Parts: sequence; structure tokens; C-alpha cells
Amino acid sequence: MSDELESLLRQTSPRRATSTPRLQPKPRVQGGMPLEGGPRLELNLEQGSRILTRDPAEPLGRSHLNMPEERPLLPPHMTAKPAAPVAGAAIPIESGQILRCTHLKKSYHKGRLEVPVLRDVTLDIDKGEFVAIVGQSGSGKSTLLHLLGTLDAPDSGQIFFVNQRIDRLAGSARDRIRNRHFGMIFQFYHLLPELTTLENVLAPLMIGCSLWNYLCHRRRHRAAATELLRLVGLEHRLKHKPSELSGGEMQRAAIARALVTRPQVLLADEPTGNLDQGTGQEIMKILRTLNRDQKLTIVMVTHDQAIAAQADRIIRLTDGRIEGA
Amino acid sequence: MYKFLLCWRYLRTRYIALASVISVMLGVATMIVVNSVMEGFTTEMQNRIHGILSDMVFESRSLEGFRDANWHMEQIRNVAGDAIVGMSPTVVVPAMLSFQIRGEWITQQVQLIGIDENTQASVSDFGKYLQHPANREKMSFHLREGGYDVRDHQAEGEAPLRRQMAEAGWSARRAIYFQQRTLQEPSPGRNSPPTAGKDTSPAADPFQRAETAVANDPLAGRVFDPSKEQHTGCVMGIALSCHRDKDGEDRFLVLPGEDVKLTFPTAGTPPKVVSDSFTIADFYESKMSEYDASFIFVPIRALQELRGMVDPRTNVGFVNSIQMKLKPGADMDEVRDRLRAAFNPQLYGVFTWRDKQTPLLAAVQVETAILNVLLFMIIAVAGFGILAVFFMIVVEKTRDIGILKSLGAPGTGIMGIFLAYGLSLGLVGSGAGLVIGLLFVRHINGIADLLGRITGQKVFDPQIYYFYKIPTIVDPPTIAWIMLGAMCIAVLASVLPALRAALQHPVEALRYE
Repeated sequence: MSDELESLLRQTSPRRATSTPRLQPKPRVQGGMPLEGGPRLELNLEQGSRILTRDPAEPLGRSHLNMPEERPLLPPHMTAKPAAPVAGAAIPIESGQILRCTHLKKSYHKGRLEVPVLRDVTLDIDKGEFVAIVGQSGSGKSTLLHLLGTLDAPDSGQIFFVNQRIDRLAGSARDRIRNRHFGMIFQFYHLLPELTTLENVLAPLMIGCSLWNYLCHRRRHRAAATELLRLVGLEHRLKHKPSELSGGEMQRAAIARALVTRPQVLLADEPTGNLDQGTGQEIMKILRTLNRDQKLTIVMVTHDQAIAAQADRIIRLTDGRIEGA
Repeated sequence: MYKFLLCWRYLRTRYIALASVISVMLGVATMIVVNSVMEGFTTEMQNRIHGILSDMVFESRSLEGFRDANWHMEQIRNVAGDAIVGMSPTVVVPAMLSFQIRGEWITQQVQLIGIDENTQASVSDFGKYLQHPANREKMSFHLREGGYDVRDHQAEGEAPLRRQMAEAGWSARRAIYFQQRTLQEPSPGRNSPPTAGKDTSPAADPFQRAETAVANDPLAGRVFDPSKEQHTGCVMGIALSCHRDKDGEDRFLVLPGEDVKLTFPTAGTPPKVVSDSFTIADFYESKMSEYDASFIFVPIRALQELRGMVDPRTNVGFVNSIQMKLKPGADMDEVRDRLRAAFNPQLYGVFTWRDKQTPLLAAVQVETAILNVLLFMIIAVAGFGILAVFFMIVVEKTRDIGILKSLGAPGTGIMGIFLAYGLSLGLVGSGAGLVIGLLFVRHINGIADLLGRITGQKVFDPQIYYFYKIPTIVDPPTIAWIMLGAMCIAVLASVLPALRAALQHPVEALRYE
């Protein structure tokens, strides 16, 4: 965990923290402005993001997170050393190439008609990089992301994750990799509507552990999920269903969900596509902080140039090929 | 863990799926009720049949019978004594029953059974079905003074009143014959020595001509005063005399205390016809119309003497069957086979009570089996309802399935969610069906009455059936099987939709609108 953040939180303040007002459940707003109670929420988010991005020289107002000074911001499992490798998955690495694909081809078949989406894509992504893939609608960027995330299989070509080939693995091995090492966020958030926010964030853990294992460690998992939600500023929304959250809150919950298994790569498919400018910027701030502070590799797909400009590297995809390749 | 969580949430939020489970619930409830009622009927009927027939019967193949019942009983005890609790000899012969109503003779065919009143109670529940309380305790062929039941004592308080039975007994007998005597002219033949048991007007007695000489009666020559003496007592099946009129009241053609005539063949070749008068000592009501309308019981010794079945040298009577009661846990078929092996099958037949009633019991069993199959079809049809609803739910959840797959859930896990959902729906349906079924069974008589009042027709008519209350027996293993079957159907019905869910392509699922 970054020293910056730790030192921030160790500073005390004479002011008593005002408890964050309990917000009314809001109707879900598809990418629009938050409704009444909005300004407070903005402030909340502002404060949250400020904590993530502030200058260490600035004195810190007592944080809305209301945490004792000794407690670190991130839950222990995110600050400890990575656990032993899982069978069939790559050993987490500190630097170097993490994700690589060569000569990917993918077409969709409609009866006899073949629609090529990716023609020949070769790509290298280093650990800790923040890559944005841009292109027109239909240029195949989402498809590329899905292939990288083992959600789909390429017609030909290879995909490597930490120098291990993952495109031809068995289904169960791919599921495990996706569960442990990849985190995904989508344009439409894709939260499970029947589960509360906390349960949504816990879902990858529930999927990844056996029933007995999960029940044994459920307190720890719960604490981890709660901390993550606190990190993204949703600690008062734990028991709410996704239909009661706004677009920005849902995306933040999705980010928390994507992070709960300590993945090495975060794949983001148009994360700000359904949000307004301001909320989109907040999300980007969170992503940038994650990338900078925890060296989380982020591969983001977007069609918005302004958003893409905030990444380290921009890859342009045109007609199924990388421009300039 | 996510499987149970999601399954539980789906169960709680989707009410339309519960609607599809209603048919499972109704099917289970119906099966429980029907099985309980059939079990109740069958058991009641078997109890009654068994109550009348003894456990096992050892009979001769000819109406002649075999001599020396005691010797035979010794032999039987040697072969199977370890399983036998009681034995009683009987003589069984077809006969004609005749009695006079308003000057007209009414004749019916009956089965005449001579029983040993001392040992009969040890082999069957015969005494339980008699109409006089004292006879139920200790059976006797002597006419009682009065006090016969005016209501069917087996009916638990709902039977119609039998007013005529209040006068039955010696008081009725005295009244009838006093009336007859005052109405008739004193006939010249009255003081001449008539043979015992004859009617007072010899010319009008049609039976006299048909009679052959009976054994020498030491009382011949003495006047028989019917108002003070009785003929040999007999116990008559109640349906031979009793008929229900249109108002629901029981009317009797003859009552205990009155005389009837019985005509039957003697032993010997060729059989000759012999007749005698008997006084009705009591009625016998077993609720099985087959028996109530055909059995008449008389003392065995009287029957033996009348038929000429007594060996003049040893004074030991022939009998043609021995009834046996076995110990409670004994294997009837095994004892029967042992006896069949020990005694010559050309001369003797050995039957258990089930063998005697095989057609009836088999018919009931077949009926039960068919009913069960038909009712299970209802639940099977319910399975298709579940299939349809699940399919729709899976289609509705396509995107969620995609989300789960993107989080790393395996296809088998997703299939498990929907199979668990199907199982839990089956459980809910079976559980509700169980509760409804058991409640229905408990209050079934009340419901029958209510239906009868609403529709104006008696739903369960004691005239048609043997019982006043619908008999039910709840059998836990049967219920367990029914519920298991229903849950299996529910799970089977959810397999196809679950497979569809598991085989979804993640990307297509995520794009689903």
C-alpha cells in the first residue's frame, strides 16, 4: 500500500467527524445526474476521491471514513503478499509483460455469412500499465477485451497471461483465472439485481471458494468487501439493492467487486459510457489511483477520446487491426 | 455459496414460479387423501372379514364331514400347535330359511353354521357383532328377556333408531303367542302328543309333510308352550330380517323371540331333507352384507343330531370344518402349507381367511394401484408447468448468467442454481400439499357433511358403504414416497432449463437485452 495514503490517515484532526448523512435510496439513473441528495453525495465522493488523490502536504480533515488512525485504508488481504499460486494460473509478477496476444483473429458467423471482427491483432501489455483501446463502434474493441478476459475463444492466434497460454485452456481453468486474476467492469455495470451491494461485491469470493471454505472465512471476506466499499465511498449502501443506486454508485460497486479477489488485471469495457461527465471523471480518478498506487494493470475500452487521454497508452483499433501495426 | 444465496433470492422474489407449484401441491394433497382413505377402507374391510372368518379353516371336502373332531384337533396341534391359539369345530351346510309374515311364508337361502358356543369366541370376533350386550360378553343361544340394542352399537352414535328391537326378547315372544292363542280356535290336535317343535295347527304346517323322522325326542308327548319355552336358539344375520325403508329407519320382518324354520340336507347318500323350528336368539351384524344376509348360527350339537351326524356308538358328532386362530405374529401361509402337507388334500382342505376372500381383496388392491398411477399423472403434468415457467425464468436471467460466468462461475455451478431452485420449489409444493392433505384427512367427515349440505345429496351414504364415518389411515412411508416422487418430478422438470442456462455463451448472455 502506498506510503502516501498511510501517512495521510495517520494524521489526526481536532475536528470531530460529522457522520455521513444517511442517504435516501435513490432510483437508478442510467448515466444521468443524481437526484435530490445529490450534492451531499458529490461531496462524499469528493472527499473520498480527495483522500485518494490528495497532496500529502495538505492537512487532512477528519475523514468521512471515520476510521481509527491505526487501521490501514486497505484491508489486510490487499496489503499482504500475494498468496501461493493456484493450479493452472500464472504466478503473480511484479513487473514485465502480463498480458500478450499474437495474431488474434475472430469472426462472427451468421449462417453462411462470416463477419470478421478482429483480423490480426498483436498486443503487449506490461504490468502496471494503463492501456486504453479506442476505436469506432464495431471496430472490435469489446471483442478484443472479451478475448483477453477468456470470456470468448479466438478463431486463431494466441493469448498469454504472464507467459502462460490461456486461450486453449479447459473451461474450469479459464473460470479460475477469470475469478482470481481478472477483474471486469462493464458499461452497464452488470450487478446482480437480487443481491445487495455487499453481496454483489462478495460474489466473486463466493464463486471462488467452496461452500465450507467460504463459511469458515466469511467474516474475513465480509470485512474485505466492506473495506473495499468504504474505499469507493459506498459504505452506507451496503444493504441496498442495485436498483436503489445511481449509475455512478453502481459503477463504483462494480469496481469494488472487480477488486475483491485482488486481481492482477482490471478489464474495463466502456466504464464511463453510461455516466455523465462529472461522474465519469470520478470513476476515472478511482481507476487512476488504483493504477498508480497498487500497480494494477488496467485495460480500458472506450470510444471517448477525452477519457482515453487519461491512460498511459492508447491503442487504436480500426477495422479489426491495430493502427500503426 | 452463491448458488444457495441466489436460489433463495429467486424463491423469495418470483411468485409466478410458486403458482406453477400449485399443481404439485394439489397432486400431492390428493394422493395423500386418496391413499389414506383407500388404506382405511381396505383395513376396515379386512378387519371385518377377518373378524368373521377365523384366521384359518380346516375343512372336509364333503358335507358329510369327518368324524371325531377332537382327534383331528389333536393331529392339527401336533403339526402346527406352536402357532395356534384357539380351535373350534363347526358344521357348515347350505339351508333354506322360512318364516311367516302375515300368513305368507318367506323363504331365503342361507348358510347354516353350527358352532360350539364355548370355543367360538376364541377363534373369531363373532361375539362382537351380536345385538344384545350380554351376548357380546358371553354368547348364549338362550333367548334373553329384553334389552336388545335399539341402535347399532358399532355406529358411534349416528345410527337410526330401531324401535322394534325395543320389544324383542321374551316379552315379544309372549305377546305374539298370546295373541295367536286368543285368535285361533283351540284345535282338537292340541292336546294330542305332537312332536316337539311343531306348529300348533298341524294341517297348515307345510313343513310337516316334508319332515322325516328326527331323533327320538324324550319330550315327545309333552305340549310345547311357545310362550314359556323356546326352540333351539339361532343367531340370524341381521340383513335377513332387516330392511331400511325410505325414511331411513330400520324395519324388521322378524325379531328375536320369534320362530323360524330351517330346512337342510342330512348327511348320508342320497341326502334327505330335514326341517326344524328355531327361535331367533339374537341378530348378528358384521356390516359385510355378504355375511349379514346369509349366515345363521345354531348350536353345533343340535345340527349334528338333526343331520344324523352323530355316531350312535360313540355319541361323537361329525364336523365338517375346524376353525383356527393363530398367534399374532404367525405366518399364516407357512402354517397352511404345513397343514396341507400333513393331511390328505383329497379329503381335507386348508385355507387362510385371505384365500377365502381372494377375489375381493385382489380387486381392492388393483383399484388402489390404478388410482395411484392416475394421480401421479397429475403431478407429472405439473412438471411440465414447472418446465415452462423455468424456461421463462432462465431466459429472463440470461444477462445475470452472463455476469456470473464473467465472474468465473462454472457452467455446472449455474446449472446447480436452477436445479436447486427446482428442488426447493418441489419441496415447497410437497410441503404445502402434505399440510393440506393431512388437514383434509383429519376433517374429512366434516367436509363430507358440508358438501352434502351444499349439494343436497349425501356424499357418503352409509347405506351404500359399510361405514358411518369415512375410515382413514395415514401411512407415513406412503406419504414419504409421494413427496419424494413429487420432488423428483420437480427436479427433472428443471433439468432442461438448467442445462440451457449452463450452456449459455458468456458474451452473448452479457449482450442480451
